[in-house]
Amino acid sequence: MAILVNASTRVLVQGVTGYQGEFHTRRMLEFGTAVVAGVTPGKGGAEVAGVPVFDTVAEAVAATGANAACIFVPARAAKDAALEAIASRLDPVVIITEHIPVHDAIVVVAAARAAGVRVVGPNGPGVTSPGQCKIGIMPNHLFSPGPVGLVSRSGTLTYEIVAGLTAAGLGQSTALGLGGDPVVGLTFQEAIALFAADPQTQAIVMVGEIGGGAEEEAARYVGASVRKPVVGYIAGVTAPPGKRMGHAGAVISGTEGTAQAKKAAMAAAGITVVDLPSQVAAAVRRAL
Amino acid sequence: MKLHEFQAKEIFARYGIPVQRGAVIERPEEIDRLEVPYPVVLKAQVLVGGRGKAGGIKLAADPAEARAKAAQILGMDIKGERVRRLLVVQAADIGVEYYLAFTVDRAARRLVCVASAAGGIDIEDVARTAPEKIVKFHVDPFAGFQPFQARGIAKQLGFGGKALLQFAAIASALARLCTEMDAELAEINPLAASAGDGTLLAIDAKLVIDDNATFRHDGLPRNEELTELEAAARAADLSYVELDGDVAIIGNGAGLVMSTLDMIAHFGGRPANFLDVGGGATTENMAQAMEIVLRKPGVRALFINIFGGITRCDDIARAIAARPPKVPMVVRLTGTNEAEGRAILEAAKIHAYVEPEPAAQEAVRLARA
Repeated sequence: MAILVNASTRVLVQGVTGYQGEFHTRRMLEFGTAVVAGVTPGKGGAEVAGVPVFDTVAEAVAATGANAACIFVPARAAKDAALEAIASRLDPVVIITEHIPVHDAIVVVAAARAAGVRVVGPNGPGVTSPGQCKIGIMPNHLFSPGPVGLVSRSGTLTYEIVAGLTAAGLGQSTALGLGGDPVVGLTFQEAIALFAADPQTQAIVMVGEIGGGAEEEAARYVGASVRKPVVGYIAGVTAPPGKRMGHAGAVISGTEGTAQAKKAAMAAAGITVVDLPSQVAAAVRRAL
Repeated sequence: MKLHEFQAKEIFARYGIPVQRGAVIERPEEIDRLEVPYPVVLKAQVLVGGRGKAGGIKLAADPAEARAKAAQILGMDIKGERVRRLLVVQAADIGVEYYLAFTVDRAARRLVCVASAAGGIDIEDVARTAPEKIVKFHVDPFAGFQPFQARGIAKQLGFGGKALLQFAAIASALARLCTEMDAELAEINPLAASAGDGTLLAIDAKLVIDDNATFRHDGLPRNEELTELEAAARAADLSYVELDGDVAIIGNGAGLVMSTLDMIAHFGGRPANFLDVGGGATTENMAQAMEIVLRKPGVRALFINIFGGITRCDDIARAIAARPPKVPMVVRLTGTNEAEGRAILEAAKIHAYVEPEPAAQEAVRLARA
């Protein structure tokens, strides 16, 4: 099983002929992902790593049966690319691109909701279901298949925790990064609901950070509706208010979005909250 | 990017929102050549909030008083920001004060209109103490904010007659401005109804433009609230935030660096900064990062925490080996091209940890030694 992406996912890469697009298309193929098409307007007929390139998403889908998208298109063209993927009902649409204007993200997320497809990102590392499919930029070698579902707002911190799980013999059903921007598509709550319904997933790890209230919202949901064990970690305990900590969305505004408030809400919902990334694996082991 | 009040008011005026443009001065003597009718209000132009409480806004009845008060405010330090400019406007006739803003609601993932008849004070205080006095309305991302919705909000705030129409026009203009200018926040506080005929006037104007959207807005001012080191980091495409501790930090990825700061604090240390070298950092990026964090006075140790993904350990190691710092350094290096990276460091007699926590503990110990 796993969530969002699995062995039957057929990936279309938008921005496939760019430096990042080509590099990560090769890594996805090495992972075993079925990357079936690439799209770069004006470069139809070319090939990247053996993957055929098309001018439009619609013709790529018609020719290859692609059913999910991975977007590496630069920020100023990313809204258009995402809307093109959504118009072809690709699901999920995984947006790796960083620095997309927030007003563009609002339109993309609303269009996805109206079309009934899921957007993951922007500004995230993607989605990986070990042994089945990887969409995005997570390093291939970290993963092993297993019972742990992991959802996070960041990239490298996700890798750190996945590596810790794998080293402890705890494989993953799916690991995904929601993205570091203030407005993103898939939320913690939605990802946790998918894990809760996934038979492969037996424990859920949520890795949050300062800014916004998505972790608190997810915690309320976990407390009310999730029976599987959940382990949580929040980064940014030492972050000062009003400063953006690398991610556009990682900023404490007034009293909203502090790590302390998030940890308290999670603990109150019965989530096992740990203080260090290395403590995640042991907490998951105990919960299983 | 935050705009100064006078900059925001220029843009507000373009959208037909009633503001007093007044005049901007940098020296008290400039008061003499202004044609603003007295009494006037002198307003410090700073990007930090709370300037009124800090004494950055003063009333003056005549030119002599205005000169004296301008001399007091200019050069004043407001929460670490020096006042370089004053906006001088005619004192307005203020009756009721309203609040009106459009901003991004992260949870709803839409623009939200926030309005209140309890304006003039910090809206977060109103939200805490009297949430029933705040009207919130989410904007449809496709259809946009409609005039009838603006009239509905006006009605909820108690407007009627001509004032209702004027409020609705201002709200519609502010919504259009927020979308077209890629604003994260477009705020009027207070939006004042005159004691005389109730005509509305935006007394203050706050505008925060999305940094990711400045490419589609020519002619925006460049306001920097950055420290010298933060500006140097931005020029090098590094994400840096200055903190007040003594353990300098470099890592790759925002989440990992935040977590590294927390680890240092967890083991009893105090981080001197946040620095994310970013995904795919080169040897050059890493060298610049080290140069910047070590320039901060009072740094007693450097902790480098790298989990190689797109970033390659050998690229990082080359920068470290080329110019080891004068302060004690602890390196944690794992991930892509780890073996090559370790070999480079070993040749330079630098030890690298695999696990982050023993490394963080060692960095704290060295900073205290």
